[in-house]
Amino acid sequence: MDQIIHVGLPHFLVVAAILFTLGLLCVVTRRNAIGILMGVELILNAANINFVAFTKYTSASVGGHVFAVFVIVMAAAEAAIALAITLSLFQKSKSIIADENTLLKN
Amino acid sequence: MDLPIPLETQLFFLLATIAILSAALVVFSPNIIHSGFALLGAFGGVAGLYIFLSADFVAVVQILVYIGGILVLILFSVMLTNRIRNIAISNQSINRWLSIPVGAALAGLLAYVARYPSGRDAAGLDRHPWNVIPNADNSMLGRLGDAFLDEYLMPFELASVVILVALIGAAYIARREVRGD
Repeated sequence: MDQIIHVGLPHFLVVAAILFTLGLLCVVTRRNAIGILMGVELILNAANINFVAFTKYTSASVGGHVFAVFVIVMAAAEAAIALAITLSLFQKSKSIIADENTLLKN
Repeated sequence: MDLPIPLETQLFFLLATIAILSAALVVFSPNIIHSGFALLGAFGGVAGLYIFLSADFVAVVQILVYIGGILVLILFSVMLTNRIRNIAISNQSINRWLSIPVGAALAGLLAYVARYPSGRDAAGLDRHPWNVIPNADNSMLGRLGDAFLDEYLMPFELASVVILVALIGAAYIARREVRGD
């Protein structure tokens, strides 16, 4: 009980693990391309929690914070590209259901 | 159980619950636009966890970029690509007369909390207004700035190039095809 009461590194790792699992579930089970993208964002957030938590509890440097900011920047770029592709796909095939779009298949 | 739960533990579990329940709603909601709005709670809860970890700059960046940028982008594309005309969307409001006193009470509560905190605390000491520390030590932000412009200068510049290229590419991909230019 004492370990639960005093918030430490494992708490954040558990929260990050749950968020990561939810994001992975979202990526695997969603059929809508934007839903898949939401899952990716959840995964990136979970990774960021780990970066920041390890910086707080195990390190004296700010490297984890720097990497968290880089991850957020990359997530922004990724979201912009992915949503542009989604809009373009919707214009072409009128559907953003991931397993209905088989343009590259034949 | 008579063990008192510290305030920070309560706060942590509140933030973690918000983040996880919102994320669960993102994953399991049958309506994609509900997922999009639930993402707000997930990002906000994670931002709260960053503040809890004394990563205030990361938390601000999270709010600015994730909630202000990515979430709006996601909601825009949900609305552009889903045939939300099929879903009965109405813009009427309910409980309007209940909402006004609740809003007024909330504003009053916020003003009550924000007012000059005069008086004495439990130990009989004069409370400093807002407990403002002159020249507050914001060393984490300073160290982060030093790190960006010293140790991580090259990745920083590369990230700016990457995001420029990505945004140009996104604008190019998403543009409408111009016929016979």
